[in-house]
Amino acid sequence: MNRKMQTAIDQAIGNPVLGNALTRFREAYVVSRAKAYEGIDFTALKEQIAAARGHVADHLAEVTETFKKAAEARGAKVFVARSAQEARDYITALARDRGVRTVVKSKSMASEEIHLNEHLKKHGIQACETDLGEWIIHLAGQRPSHMVLPAIHMAKEEVSDLFSKEIGERLSTDIPRLVKVARNALREKFFEADMGISGANIAIAETGTLVLVTNEGNARLVCTLPKIHVALVGLEKLVPTYTDAAAILTALPRSATGQLLTSYVSMITGPTPTDDGTLKELHIVLMDNRRSDMARDEKFKQTFKCIRCASCLNVCPVYLLVGGHVFGHVYTGGIGTILTAWFNELKTADDLQALCIGCGRCKEICPGGIDIPGLILEIRRRLVEKEGLPFVYKAGLTLMKNRGLVHKLLWAAKLGQKPFARDGYIRHLPLFLAGLTEHRSLPTIAREPFSEVFKRIAQPACKEKAAFFTGCSIEFAFPRIGEAVVRTLNKAGIEVVLPAAQTCCGTAQRANGAFDLAAGCAVDNIKALAADTVDYVVVACASCMSSLKKEYPQLLKDTNHQDCVPDAEKLAAKTYDFSSLVKKLIHEKRLTPKTGHGHGKVTYHDSCHARRLVGTWREPRDIIQACGYELAEMYECDTCCGLGGTYTVKQSDLSMRMLKRKLKNIEDTGAQYVAMECPGCLVQIDGGLDQSGSKIKARHVAELLVDQF
Amino acid sequence: MFDLFKTRAQAVSAEVHRLPTRNGTVDFVLNLLASEKVADAAGFGAVWANGSFLTGVDTETLARKVPGLSFAVTRERAKEARIGITQMDWGLANTGSLVADQTAVEQRLASSLPWIHIALLPSNRILADIPALMQKLSPDKAAYIAFITGPSRTADIERVLTIGVHGPERLVICVVDEPWEVNS
Ligand code: SF4
Repeated sequence: MNRKMQTAIDQAIGNPVLGNALTRFREAYVVSRAKAYEGIDFTALKEQIAAARGHVADHLAEVTETFKKAAEARGAKVFVARSAQEARDYITALARDRGVRTVVKSKSMASEEIHLNEHLKKHGIQACETDLGEWIIHLAGQRPSHMVLPAIHMAKEEVSDLFSKEIGERLSTDIPRLVKVARNALREKFFEADMGISGANIAIAETGTLVLVTNEGNARLVCTLPKIHVALVGLEKLVPTYTDAAAILTALPRSATGQLLTSYVSMITGPTPTDDGTLKELHIVLMDNRRSDMARDEKFKQTFKCIRCASCLNVCPVYLLVGGHVFGHVYTGGIGTILTAWFNELKTADDLQALCIGCGRCKEICPGGIDIPGLILEIRRRLVEKEGLPFVYKAGLTLMKNRGLVHKLLWAAKLGQKPFARDGYIRHLPLFLAGLTEHRSLPTIAREPFSEVFKRIAQPACKEKAAFFTGCSIEFAFPRIGEAVVRTLNKAGIEVVLPAAQTCCGTAQRANGAFDLAAGCAVDNIKALAADTVDYVVVACASCMSSLKKEYPQLLKDTNHQDCVPDAEKLAAKTYDFSSLVKKLIHEKRLTPKTGHGHGKVTYHDSCHARRLVGTWREPRDIIQACGYELAEMYECDTCCGLGGTYTVKQSDLSMRMLKRKLKNIEDTGAQYVAMECPGCLVQIDGGLDQSGSKIKARHVAELLVDQF
Repeated sequence: MFDLFKTRAQAVSAEVHRLPTRNGTVDFVLNLLASEKVADAAGFGAVWANGSFLTGVDTETLARKVPGLSFAVTRERAKEARIGITQMDWGLANTGSLVADQTAVEQRLASSLPWIHIALLPSNRILADIPALMQKLSPDKAAYIAFITGPSRTADIERVLTIGVHGPERLVICVVDEPWEVNS
């Protein structure tokens, strides 16, 4: 990571104003959003948005032309700007031609994207932001730190200082008073301005209509008072029909601010009259600036489904720690990383993409149904493809396939040969197992890996067989979880086999953009596990599970291993995570929970991969309760614990902050145990609890339940 | 429909009054002008945008009776007005919103510049939601369709909800049972 970014992260983490603002925000947002969506079928809504915007991405030239014709028929001038430069030049030339001296603007991310204000200034034209948040950051000479709430990082004290300087009067920090000051100061600007520049939230092709969604009322003034109105609109704002706009109007306010509708929505079609009886001049600049390249890209065309609601920022555990400025560009958060990669150079997103822990919260909440983490991964993949992996990465990730050697290296690391371990190969091993970070107690590497332990667990000969896929964590650090899994299955009359040729699942390689290495793992594992002789493949690690159950087929398609896809699908079909299989076995009465209650109180931590990639969350809760435990849900039960595989090593500060919050939520339940499906999370959470001297015990579900049948 | 409309509009800080007749509504408006001390002075004026509600209303007499009240809405008058009165074409129950074809600039000036916006809506024109509205009103016919939901608001400073930033800080909705001719 470059130094600038590390400094920005350190500053952000050390800034209590930002920290408090973001914490209050994250908690309030989740509640207000949920309330706003009451009675709405979110899945159906997502599909509507995806259909409308998907059509636009597939027929971009045609839809653009439809819009242009319709808007021109109503008297607007439409200019399609291929680049940021063309957009800036058009607007500047127009302003100069009409003798414009001052411009009032309502919020437009597209204009931030092309740094329009600076450009106008160079030509002697003063542009004044009128959205309160934009005005604040404009006065402070900053970039927006959030797409919807640009000044979320600022305290009222700072705002008061800025305003005091601007109007030359010492102001208090009374917020309503500050708002009134802004109203008065900006009111005159609206009346003086020769031109108004706005964005648009939606552009309806069939009617040539711009839709503006705002709360403050400034956009209404920007479009009404000056004689010239210029709307700068990214091509991704297009929808084919008037009725398509309804879906976005339903989703945008709910997702953005938890409102049913914003205070103002304006639908503008062609020029409107001014109060001296003349017609306004309406110019619409439809801006491409690489959007059509995105539309042509099989993977990235889904970015057209983005309605710029910023909910992906609002639930991102990393954004909520560091805020927007760390991202260093106009667009922030997960979707911002993707847009930055395209609107700038792919390489500029190198550090940004590394901020993503891949927890998948954004994908779940996105009203466009965009696979944001998947696209970030795709950026990573392309970077690796283009630039290659640094040697140590490649060596480390390749090494992970050699289990014997990995065990030796981890063992060496554990014995404290740190200088060797710190920057060498081992940095990219499942190093979170090795005890190298200072912030947590870590499990010791088992002297004997699980595959050795297994040899001593006599297996009954049964009609049904399950192949156990252990994954690196169980193999090297938690043989005891492996034992619990095997014993549980044996109790249900299932014989367990441990295919010797299995290897690392490939999640870490894939997460680091090394798709070819990941595919190598996939091919080996499919060969090892897909044999027809077993009825089930059981996995007790959520990350491994996500690879085996969900990722392999696509991974193999992406890496030209088409021939392996059918076997990958066959493997996926018989792969179960521990909890789902146990639930099934209880249901089939092959496992009978011992009678009796009052074993104690358990809270359950949802591993990101289990909950959002695999979709397992109800099953573990059901079986925990079936076994006589009381379930106490924790706050933010499905928020990432901060491990994220190698993330915890690369971004250890962020990882530890996430952990701290998780630990507090666990403590607050007053449970005796915190259970989870993933040994990775267990490393993180158990280590954290131990370090903080907590009485709560962290357990894998298998360990918790093995003696209850 | 009205009950839901009222609940939702109040939830976003609009004031909702139900009035049986148009004459009664005029009286209601005049009372509000009086209590807000509307006068012929900068910052204390009132502008009433022309519309079919006013058909048959003797506006000249009204203007004479209430100093500061004008039916000829200009930028400057709207800027100095404390109160703006406009009529709206539709209500949306599920969001508590008002909708109007505001192509005529007076409608926009009177509803966006003053501190208080009084909106007049016939009670028989409350629809369920946006899709229902889309059946009735389309950009084909109207160059500026305005949706208004509660007063102007911001949360841009420390996310503290503050009412009345660039637009009105009070939205007073009069839902009137006696209908009038609406064009759109
Ligand atoms: S990617 Fe999805 S969640 Fe993020 S801003 Fe776009 S629509 Fe909203």
